[in-house]
Amino acid sequence: MAEHQALLPSEEPLRLLDESGSRVDGSGLPMPDTRRLLEVYGSLVTARRVNDQAGALVRQGRLAVYPSSHGQEACQVGAALALSDGDWLFPTYRDTAAVIARGVDPIEVLTLLQGDWHAGYDPYERKVAPQATPLATQLLHAVGVAHAARLKGEDTVVMALCGDGATSEGDFHEALNFAAVFRAPVVFFVQNNEYAISVPLARQSAAPSLAHKGVGYGVPGERVDGNDPAAVLAVLERAVADARAGGGPRLIEAHTYRIQAHTNADDDTRYRSGDEVDPWVARDPLTRLEKHLKRKRALTKARRTEITEAAEAVAAYMREGVVEGAEPEPAELFAHVFSEPTPQLAEQAAFLAEELSREGL
Amino acid sequence: MATEKLSMAQALNRALRDSLAEDPTVHVFGEDVGPLGGVFRITDGLTAEFGEERCFDTPLAESGIVGMAVGMAMNGLRPVVEMQFDAFAYPAFEQIASHVAKIRNRTRGRVEVPLVIRVPFAGGIGGVEHHCDSSEAYYAHTPGLKVVTPATPEDAYFLLRESIASPDPVVLMEPKKLYWAKGEIDVERPAAPLGRAVVRREGADATLIAYGPTVPVALEAAEAAAAEGRDLQVVDLRSLVPFDDETVCAAVRSTGRAVVIAEASGFASVSSEIVARVTERCFHSLAAPVRRVSGFDIPYPPPKLERFHLPGVDRVLDAVDDLQWEDQ
Ligand SMILES: Cc1ncc(C[n+]2csc(CCOP(=O)(O)OP(=O)(O)O)c2C)c(N)n1
Ligand SMILES: [Mg+2]
Repeated sequence: MAEHQALLPSEEPLRLLDESGSRVDGSGLPMPDTRRLLEVYGSLVTARRVNDQAGALVRQGRLAVYPSSHGQEACQVGAALALSDGDWLFPTYRDTAAVIARGVDPIEVLTLLQGDWHAGYDPYERKVAPQATPLATQLLHAVGVAHAARLKGEDTVVMALCGDGATSEGDFHEALNFAAVFRAPVVFFVQNNEYAISVPLARQSAAPSLAHKGVGYGVPGERVDGNDPAAVLAVLERAVADARAGGGPRLIEAHTYRIQAHTNADDDTRYRSGDEVDPWVARDPLTRLEKHLKRKRALTKARRTEITEAAEAVAAYMREGVVEGAEPEPAELFAHVFSEPTPQLAEQAAFLAEELSREGL
Repeated sequence: MATEKLSMAQALNRALRDSLAEDPTVHVFGEDVGPLGGVFRITDGLTAEFGEERCFDTPLAESGIVGMAVGMAMNGLRPVVEMQFDAFAYPAFEQIASHVAKIRNRTRGRVEVPLVIRVPFAGGIGGVEHHCDSSEAYYAHTPGLKVVTPATPEDAYFLLRESIASPDPVVLMEPKKLYWAKGEIDVERPAAPLGRAVVRREGADATLIAYGPTVPVALEAAEAAAAEGRDLQVVDLRSLVPFDDETVCAAVRSTGRAVVIAEASGFASVSSEIVARVTERCFHSLAAPVRRVSGFDIPYPPPKLERFHLPGVDRVLDAVDDLQWEDQ
């Protein structure tokens, strides 16, 4: 087989479960065991609940904005669960559910969208980089973290997330190339949800698939059904294991769909029809795994209750934590610009403090 | 000709529409500018009216957008590109600083790139990080770029029309918090050439110099000062490059006192350039040092803290009070 052929993704996205939840031949992809699938299912239910709750908080005016991953939860959960504690996750603005699935405090995650500060959580605590908004820029940071880990003799793997639109940015290509040249242990995981705001995939790329983009850099590409929770987890776990064993980077494209508008501020009726969305609703990752587990009689009533209650607890925690009227301190504006405030910043901080004291604040 | 009441967003849309209709070389492109009409709807309806070749979405890459615009301009077209937000123009900075700004000079004037880069900029809309930068100084500091910024719908219309007509590349900084503000506009009025400031309000005691998002702040401050018996003049720069020394200095000489108001951080900024120019040229007419009210030297704050950062009326009035009045 010519060398480049080993880099090419499969003709069709890999799958373990079809839309009815039935097991299909996964071209050698190992099926996660039932215990693991139940864990995935629990995380999916929570991820969906996180998306719904955040959406409700936006409607109530308690969050400024929320880019939902509704319909993409299999990818969110897979990305988080495929990693070990010592690994790193590099998420985007759309990956709130993944960040929470990795164990970051939901309220700290929502700091950004509440408008209190930019990155609300400590990236070192759960090894989750700040959610990146400037598209594809974080992918190079992911390569740097992975390369540093190798130089330090650590077996860390880095999961770097981006969307289909972001693959058009120069940084995406530089990241793949750097990772390949340095054999950095990075799993590039592209959630192809068919849209970049209003722009459909066909306007991003003329390649046979986004996973094909790895070939030119010497990075093996794989395609997976992004709404098949079993396949997503299996593909990502395999890529993480390969990267950890010194196999270098992987590019994985998940075929999924953005069920909701880009954010609450977007009006998707201007660029797509409901007819296009409907079939994707039928491919919902939650119902797919649920059907599978039910068929296997693995989802007991007790387990179900437990899972629902856990998800509700997260939602309740979000509602309580996102409180109106809790205001950040203006003095903090000057606190983190440098390790020590410059003389000019100290002067400006004093100016603001004086101004506020005059206003009796 | 009757005037119309349009928002700044509608005025910019009208300018693009009129340019597309009049000049077949004009092409509009960027991210989400096609069927969606842009995230701020500045290009609303243009693809439907002029076709997919004249107004189109590109792949998501700002360096690609500006780089392709350079080539199209080299080959006789007039590209008008949209950067979705201020901070998302940074991937294009290489193309802007190394090529857009320099190609005329490098080729001894043989190649010109008459393109327009539209940048929604500045804050005041409760936007999260990377959506509120005041990035005008990066462009103004780069020789070879014209940099203009409207504060009214009418100026938005004419500045965009004139930018498209300009043989030089122009960065049009659009104050996004003013997109929805309405104003009277007469599209048949003869356009002022690029590079002219305008006195928005006459006043004898001191001059407020503002541009883009701070012009309404200056006008509001002048209104408040009038109630306290102080008569403030307001100058709207409209163009940062070229800079209208004549209008600005005539205004400052007429009052002898000046405050510059800008949202951007003050350090090494457009506002510091204005203070330097005015001080160099009007020193003997000045009764007090020229003061600045600008953003702090910090990254743009999160939504809940932006009000502490943005120049507001009170801060402007405090600065005016500080101008060494004889009665103090
Ligand atoms: C460099 C840069 N340019 C533009 C934007 C504005 N923007 C935010 S999200 C987005 C679409 C991204 O699409 P995709 O990568 O497919 O991710 P999705 O939102 O679908 O998850 C755009 C254009 C940005 N954040 N960064
Ligand atoms: Mg997308």
